[in-house]
Amino acid sequence: MIQRCLTKERADRYQRASEVREALEAVQGAVLQSRHPSEDPRGPRKLVLPGVEHLSVKNGDVLLLVGTNKGAFFLRSSRDRSRWDVAGPYFRGQGIYAMTYDGRSDRHRLWVSANDEVWGVFLRSSDDFGRIWTNPLEASIRFPTEAGASLRNIWQICLGRNDEPEKLYCGVEPAALFESVDGGESWSLVRGLYDHPHRPRWMPANGGLILHTILPDPSNKDRMYVAVSAGGVYRTEDGGTTWQARNNGVRVMFLPEKYPEFGQCVHKIVLHESRPERLFLQNHWGLYRSDNRGNSWQDIARGVPSDFGFVMLMHPHDADCVYIVPVESDKFRCTPEGHLRVYRTRNAGGSWEALDRGLPQKGAYETVLRDAMSSDSLDSAGIYFGTRSGKVYGSKDEGKSWKKIVEGLPQILCVKAAIVHMDGTPTTKPNLKSKIPKRRKTARTKRVRRGRSG
Amino acid sequence: MQVFFTIPGPLREFTGNQRAVRVEVEAGANLLQVLQALFVVYPGLRDRVLTETGETRRHVNIFVANENVLYTGGLATSIPAGAEVSIVPAISGG
Repeated sequence: MIQRCLTKERADRYQRASEVREALEAVQGAVLQSRHPSEDPRGPRKLVLPGVEHLSVKNGDVLLLVGTNKGAFFLRSSRDRSRWDVAGPYFRGQGIYAMTYDGRSDRHRLWVSANDEVWGVFLRSSDDFGRIWTNPLEASIRFPTEAGASLRNIWQICLGRNDEPEKLYCGVEPAALFESVDGGESWSLVRGLYDHPHRPRWMPANGGLILHTILPDPSNKDRMYVAVSAGGVYRTEDGGTTWQARNNGVRVMFLPEKYPEFGQCVHKIVLHESRPERLFLQNHWGLYRSDNRGNSWQDIARGVPSDFGFVMLMHPHDADCVYIVPVESDKFRCTPEGHLRVYRTRNAGGSWEALDRGLPQKGAYETVLRDAMSSDSLDSAGIYFGTRSGKVYGSKDEGKSWKKIVEGLPQILCVKAAIVHMDGTPTTKPNLKSKIPKRRKTARTKRVRRGRSG
Repeated sequence: MQVFFTIPGPLREFTGNQRAVRVEVEAGANLLQVLQALFVVYPGLRDRVLTETGETRRHVNIFVANENVLYTGGLATSIPAGAEVSIVPAISGG
């Protein structure tokens, strides 16, 4: 139809605008989604994304969830982590800022925040590794009317403690915390934080005014930390009813007062479950550690090329080990001098070492965003990160050496790793690849032998 | 009075795949009122067209006949009987 309109006389083209629009809408409608057989007349409550060949996931597999600004990609490998299957993109064209895998209570649930620039952000989940997704009629995360705010993005999906398997949290933009106590079926705004007297004075950073990090204290069900850009670190000791700013010692470069009570642009905080009183912090300029639950912070930026960065990752087994990827400055948010280097401390910030074996050291002006690094929980922990240039790197020896797992993805916003525990019973159907006719060369799943891709 | 909506392709899953739907409202209704009538029948449209604070999403345009309501009073635009209201995704992205 579009071609027919364009071949008309020039003077007639614009009179046929409605025909063009109709054709475009038909194309849009066809490519975005297909329906599941069991439909609600108001709209399908389940979503099957067409044209995606899915992963075949087995017990013990390593799963990598990669969120990009144009959709989600899922990678899987056996425990040797030498070959990876790649599936996607899921939610084509949408920004995937947060994902997580919930393996509590025998679930195998993927959670995704899918942000469609036109139609809004929706939280979706899949219990079969991406074959079927929830398709909510209404947004499950929404500000109550009296809050006077509208959801712009979901930046973090955080599982509750292992002994609270129905609990989840979401950090959103504009900065707020939402909680679910029924496994994600319903969500409520945590008013204690939203009504905090500091909140009107928080300032949006480059990514907006966002609550991007949520850390439940594994040793205390009433204690939790959140980080806001730019507002700082806040802690509750009473399950979210009241919150206190915990930024003493964290410097601010962009305010006249260098050590204010709040207003810090904290990029990431982490803690280890075996030492929950100790936190590490990557700031908008500055690396810090707190040994007293955030009451005060000490500078630990010794031996790094820059103390500016976004991402920070706690080692899954070693409470003294933290990973970062410094970038040059707030003006040039790329790895210094074109060297892609992960830095690691194994003495809680006493010193840092560069980990660059297998990473490009020439012309690699990369950026790793705040949620784009993750670890699996195998004995020799796998460490993974994704870049804004669409590359995913992995290390199966805790950072000693790296291999490129995949490249050519859109800008990577988040990376989450998980080990799938299914008690030996695969929950997914056999790999759909075997059912695809050979002539379908457009299949979206490809196997990548690590190290050969670049 | 009756008002006719044109539903864009990405939202038709919430209208039973119908491109055009009709709602019945009282005479003199404004755009917000006819949208609310639409959302009663097709609740999946609401959060995709409006924000929680009741504003049209930034990249959603609504036309009454051929006029963008941005220039006719927004959601307060008066809707005549038999009007054709189109929900159209804006040109955006990168």
